[in-house]
Amino acid sequence: MNTALDVAVWRGAEQGRFVSYVVPLRENQTVLDIVTYIQRHLDSTLSYRFSCRVGMCGSCAMTVNGVPRWTCRTHVRRVATNSRLEIAPLRNMKVVKDLSVDMTGFFDKWARAGGAFAPQKTHSKDFAVVQPDSRARRQADAGIECIGCGVCYAACDLVSWNADYLGPAALNRAWTLVNDVRDGARAQRLAAVAGDAGCHACHSHQSCVQWCPMELNPTSAIAGLKRATVGAALKGAL
Amino acid sequence: MTARTETLLWLAQRASAAVLAFAVVVHLATIVYAVRAGLNAAEIIARLQGHAGWLVFYGVFVAAAAVHAPLGLRTVLAETTPLRGALLDILVVAFGLMLAILGWRAAFGLFAFGSD
Repeated sequence: MNTALDVAVWRGAEQGRFVSYVVPLRENQTVLDIVTYIQRHLDSTLSYRFSCRVGMCGSCAMTVNGVPRWTCRTHVRRVATNSRLEIAPLRNMKVVKDLSVDMTGFFDKWARAGGAFAPQKTHSKDFAVVQPDSRARRQADAGIECIGCGVCYAACDLVSWNADYLGPAALNRAWTLVNDVRDGARAQRLAAVAGDAGCHACHSHQSCVQWCPMELNPTSAIAGLKRATVGAALKGAL
Repeated sequence: MTARTETLLWLAQRASAAVLAFAVVVHLATIVYAVRAGLNAAEIIARLQGHAGWLVFYGVFVAAAAVHAPLGLRTVLAETTPLRGALLDILVVAFGLMLAILGWRAAFGLFAFGSD
C-alpha cells in the first residue's frame, strides 16, 4: 500500500504552473488536510481559503482532479487516482493567488439576481404564517441550504461561455425568494432574472446538480424561474 | 432588449419546438412512406399538387422552423463568437426570413405546380 501521495498544486495567479509535492497518506484524510499539510510543512507561501472545516461555510472549494469540490468534506481515498491528486483553483473566477479565487463577481451576481429579501411588513405587524407543507414553502426549502461555495458556478459551462450569466447559485437563491410569501419584490426579481443573462440562458446541462456538495438542484430552480417569468410576461407583469 | 421580450422569444422557441416535434415526425413518416418504391418527382407532385391540407401542414412546418432556427442560432453565436446585440439580431432575423421565404416558396410551388 502506498504511504505517500503525489500532489500537483496550482501555483501563481491566472498565469502559473502546477508544482508537485509529496504528502504522507493518512486514514480519513481530506483534500483540505492535504493542502493544509503542504502549507504547514512544505511551503508556507501557499495561499488557500478555508474556515469551518465541516461543510458549512462554503470557503474551501477547489478543483480536485478536474472536478469542483468542497475540499473539507472530500476524502482523499474517494478522489485520488493512482495515489495522485491535482488541486487547482475554481474555474470561472479570477485567480488571486494559488488556490484562492476572487469571488466578487460570483456574489455580485447574487445581488443582481435580487438575492436580498425584501420585507413587506414592519415591526408593528404580526408575524407571517407560512404553512410548512405549502407548495411554495416546499419549493423554497429545496434550495435554501446553499452554502455559497461556488462549486456550481465553477461547474457551469454557461458561465464560461457567457460572462454575464448570473449562474446557478444566484438563480437558485432568487427562486427561493420567489417562493417566499413574505417577500415584496417578486416582479422586480423576475425581471432581474429573465433573459439571455438570466434563467433563459440555462441549457439544463445539470453540471450544477452533479457537483453541488449540498445535493441541491439549481437546474430545477432555474426551470421554475423560466415558468414564473413566462407567466409574468404573458400577464404583462414583467 | 427588455426582459419581457427576451422571455417571450424564449417562449416562442419552446412553442415552435413543440410544433416541430409533431411536424418532423409526420415529415419523416411521409419520407419513409414516399420512398417505399423509390423516390420520384411525379409521385411527390401527385401527392402535393392542389392539396390544401399538405399546403397548410408545410406552411406551419416552415413557419415553426423559421422561428425556431434563428433563435437557436442566436444563442449559439452569442455563446461561441463575439457577435452580440443589434448586429446579431439583424443577422438571425435575415436568416429566419430566408428560411420562411424559401420554405413557403417550395411548399406553394408544389401546391400550385403546373397551374400557370
